[in-house]
Amino acid sequence: MSGTFVGMPAFPKAAHEALGNAQLRRNLAHATGTIRAKRQRLVDEVNANSDWEALRLAGAGVKESALVDLATHLETLEASLTANGATVHWASDAVEANAIVASIAKRHGADEVVKVKSMVTQEINLNEALAAEGIAAWETDLAELIVQLGDDLPSHILVPAIHRNRSEIREIFLTKMASAGRPAPVDLTDEPAVLAAAARSHLREKFLRAKVGVSGANFAVADTGTLVVVESEGNGRMCLTLPEVLVSVVGIEKVVPTWEGLDPLLRLLPRSSTGERMNPYTSTWNGVTPGDGPQEVHVVLLDNGRTNALADEVGRQALRCIRCSACLNVCPVYERTGGHAYGSVYPGPIGAILNPLLKGVGNPGPDGAQVDSLPYASSLCGACFEACPVRIDIPSVLVDQRAKVVDAHRVTRKVGVPKVEALAFKGAAVALADPRKLGLGERFTRVGLGVARRVGARKWTSARDLPAAPRESFRAWWKRTDGGRS
Amino acid sequence: MRVALMVTCINDALYPGTGRAVVTLLRRLGVDVEFPAQQTCCAQPMVNTGYLDEAVPVVRNFVDAFAGYDAVVTPSGSCAGCARHQHSIVARRSGDAALAAAVESTSPKVYELSEFLVDVLGVTDVGAYYPHTVTYHPTCHSLRMLGVGDRPRQLLEKVRGLTLLELPAAEQCCGFGGTFALKNADTSVAMGADKARHVRETGAEVLVAGDNSCLTHIGGLLTREQSGVRSVHLAEILAATEGASA
Repeated sequence: MSGTFVGMPAFPKAAHEALGNAQLRRNLAHATGTIRAKRQRLVDEVNANSDWEALRLAGAGVKESALVDLATHLETLEASLTANGATVHWASDAVEANAIVASIAKRHGADEVVKVKSMVTQEINLNEALAAEGIAAWETDLAELIVQLGDDLPSHILVPAIHRNRSEIREIFLTKMASAGRPAPVDLTDEPAVLAAAARSHLREKFLRAKVGVSGANFAVADTGTLVVVESEGNGRMCLTLPEVLVSVVGIEKVVPTWEGLDPLLRLLPRSSTGERMNPYTSTWNGVTPGDGPQEVHVVLLDNGRTNALADEVGRQALRCIRCSACLNVCPVYERTGGHAYGSVYPGPIGAILNPLLKGVGNPGPDGAQVDSLPYASSLCGACFEACPVRIDIPSVLVDQRAKVVDAHRVTRKVGVPKVEALAFKGAAVALADPRKLGLGERFTRVGLGVARRVGARKWTSARDLPAAPRESFRAWWKRTDGGRS
Repeated sequence: MRVALMVTCINDALYPGTGRAVVTLLRRLGVDVEFPAQQTCCAQPMVNTGYLDEAVPVVRNFVDAFAGYDAVVTPSGSCAGCARHQHSIVARRSGDAALAAAVESTSPKVYELSEFLVDVLGVTDVGAYYPHTVTYHPTCHSLRMLGVGDRPRQLLEKVRGLTLLELPAAEQCCGFGGTFALKNADTSVAMGADKARHVRETGAEVLVAGDNSCLTHIGGLLTREQSGVRSVHLAEILAATEGASA
């Protein structure tokens, strides 16, 4: 039912379309502004008593220690999970992971699964893969339900329906709920509590019926073999406890070496994501507990490009990401374009680095061009790095990914006509390496202005005036007046 | 102390008045600033667009031009940020150990103007007079790459005749972002339009910032909107004195 991001245009084109949607911009400005303010109050509160920066360093340290020796920690995790009665599967890509989940569901004769909100199952398009096998995957997170019922795409990591306001949600519930199960009451209003009650009634039917639950995990603790899901609504806990079978798809970067390592992460995550001291529900489970909860527990450990990212010296820090979305909420680009423009379930600043790292840059075809456009979808203002609870230096990774995009095209464009931009920078490199090559003074200025006007004037002047050219350049003035002394 | 002015390519070509203001200001404070004519550009446009090979000869020229100076002062937080934090990336790319060593010696000597005034010269009252209402936009690279903090405000607050008005959402990016302004022109303009609206809301006569590239963008929108608000670089306000105000 819910769509996937296929055939998306490159960022500038998608952004152009999103910018024309005034309702979207109002929804986003209001929502991100509210979350930003909540987060800042809690950061200030931590700083009043201790030190937010120290907490960030501790969180980054835990994730970094996991990545430095990832193979060892994953083997420990597999051994602990197995000892706890879980079955561990390894999947190198989306196709393998989806096949594993589908085969487990089919073995139990299930024609439906209930799902905990999870980014990784969206990354691999699990719902669509299960649908192709005749298995309905029901999203149970309220916002994911809105997205799924609306046949829409998520636009935010934490708040996937952030682009919708409550009157739009009422409309979706009224027109779409009936086709997916229990219908919405006919007198449905757009009061948040009334909308939540309709969703609760719709979802309970599914919770009580489903035999198989599917989740991701926020953290996978290696030494104890524990999976952790952090959520607000309790719908996740329903899926984690009511079905007989539980399948959790977990990216390999989610591993945390020790139980103690959860400490800074569980303090950083709710403050950075929802702007709360503590999230309402933290569910942890160690494999199978006889007579309590699912009696068959599977864990699918997924690569899907993560080892590529790990091999990237500058970019590997992106694997520290705990999917809090603080970077989205502070990003001036995201605030104006929304998440769909990024063409991925991972939008915003983290998406602008994670997608190219997972998928690689310089791939042929329109999807390759879309991925290659993402590192440029930033003004490099640095607000994301400042907000990131695990200190991912997103601007530096963006710049590094831009160099990788350019380098990839250096190779592929050996034959044929080089891009105007590449030629312009090659010319500039020659000119700016030695002012004598241009002759001093006016010629330098004229060439600089000439290049600027030819390369970008129209894109610049559509909404902005260009400054008037001065009578003489600074260096000409300095030479003529001996630095203003004559 | 031998002090060099790194005027930046954009100021050299488009805003020579900003360069002249730095010279006036520093001489008034007793610094005999020099202008090494070999300088061209800090290489930021290449680095931030991904053209690292093309940045190598430009950085090589930069370290040659500024070798031997005790301090390099620039009226741009962004260019100072590139010299301090990105030249080492370019040097690594070149594989040239001599270039890496030269960068390591030059980079820490590069100061954005407000840093040089407050930290090196130890002044906040530079004897300026500027009888106008002014609002200050802290540019992203000066704020988050260099960490200049409130140094520009300390300097502005000591300017006689000047009334400083608070800019709403001051710390949000104006949307310039170098080649971002062209590659993602629509988003850049949407961000700039919000910034320009906030500037107008203050009722200030003058918008001040420490980077003429950002001011070109915001100012380009403000003049297109015929707002009447002038965009002026921090250096020009600090250089202004009674009888010679800008």
